[in-house]
Amino acid sequence: MLSKRLIACLDVRDGKLAKSVKFVDTKDIGDPVEKAREYYEDGLDELVFYDITASSDKRRIMLDFVEAVAAEVFIPLSVGGGVRTVADATDLRLAGAEKINVNSAAVQRPELISECAHAIGAQNVVLSMDILRVAVSDATPSGYEIVINGGRKRMGVDALAWAKRGEALGAGELVVNSIDADGTRQGYELTLTRMISDAVRIPVIASGGAGRPEHLQQVLTEGHADAALVASMVHFGDYTCSGLKRYLHEQGVKMRMRW
Amino acid sequence: MGRTLIVDYDAGNLRSVQRACHEVGLEAVISADPAALARSDRIIFPGVGQAASAMATLHRSGLALALQHAIAAGTPILGICLGLQISLTHSEEGDTPCLGLIDGRVRRFALDDPRLKVPHMGWNEVRVLRPHPVLAGIEPGDEFYFVHGYYPDPATTDAVLAVSDYEREFCCALGVGNYVGVQFHTEKSGRVGLDLIARFGRWDGRFEAGATG
Repeated sequence: MLSKRLIACLDVRDGKLAKSVKFVDTKDIGDPVEKAREYYEDGLDELVFYDITASSDKRRIMLDFVEAVAAEVFIPLSVGGGVRTVADATDLRLAGAEKINVNSAAVQRPELISECAHAIGAQNVVLSMDILRVAVSDATPSGYEIVINGGRKRMGVDALAWAKRGEALGAGELVVNSIDADGTRQGYELTLTRMISDAVRIPVIASGGAGRPEHLQQVLTEGHADAALVASMVHFGDYTCSGLKRYLHEQGVKMRMRW
Repeated sequence: MGRTLIVDYDAGNLRSVQRACHEVGLEAVISADPAALARSDRIIFPGVGQAASAMATLHRSGLALALQHAIAAGTPILGICLGLQISLTHSEEGDTPCLGLIDGRVRRFALDDPRLKVPHMGWNEVRVLRPHPVLAGIEPGDEFYFVHGYYPDPATTDAVLAVSDYEREFCCALGVGNYVGVQFHTEKSGRVGLDLIARFGRWDGRFEAGATG
């Protein structure tokens, strides 16, 4: 059977590793290529890079960066942040990313998902969703709303409906990122993750809120997630990838334990 | 080790395969030239994408014929993912006639458990059933990275080298003579995947079909 995946997310700004808290403050915390290599050697299953470089004229830095990581890390690489066109996606693929994450631009222009799926294969298109808990309303019957631009702009789009639409448009995988939980270290949004995972037939990656190993265990079991995404937990040295995987394995979660 | 060629037929991220080759000291060039296949000491036939368009490109470019010649000449060939699938007779994906190096069909996963997702994406254990020089060294518990909605279903078990499980057992590595194919992305499977590529780089293309372990 498939193992559950441990995925580390590295926010990259101007080629440096940054970590945001509640999507607001970001600080640089080191060389992301070095971190990527370290995690890879320590049993990480997949890497995600998010380009949070503000200016678009620095795209080249990100492409060079992806290329540098791809030359030494031999697990799937997923890259997102600022992907607006098929050309953005194919450039990143050529640089060495397997999977391309689309987010804000897909909310504004949903056809981007099908265009990317056609160009690089549906299995390589990841729809990343930033989601805010809101009051249940006609526009947001699930009680969750899609936000964009790093969590700043509410879109009036229901998160559950958007997840299903994303699947129908050809997304191969979903990232469910809870804005409420992000950076809190209080645990993933289990209700949200399970609701979306049960509603689609593509893999779901849980994101936002991991602080302790049991949070991963919860989201991979009760939350019905296929993969758990971590950032702070491993970036600041509180936990290691291998340590998290060993814990999950001991808790009976199927993980890849040989690398 | 000689000259390794990665066949370019517009089917996915060939540079990932090239980078993995370089990591294990295997110099590999990417080429779409049918004549270059005949001059190669070994060939990697990768692929991500859709069977029908891949076969159309292979026929149009002359690469399909060049591959048949390379098979006949005894050149070691490694198929990866779609590169494995199109070595069979037929693929359900787009109802596509394929190269027919191995008798059998490629089928879509039809799973009973609604919670199981297609494509089969992620890390899964590979169990070797029949010893093969390219798979030697894969140990129980070793997992490889898979991304596929279709799987190979050879007509006989003679060519099945390894299996994996997704609700039920499916073939994930096939070998006949100088051809070996793997369904998983060995180039993205960490150390165990790189080791497989390194062994392919040392393989002379000989394999006694029917030898069982």
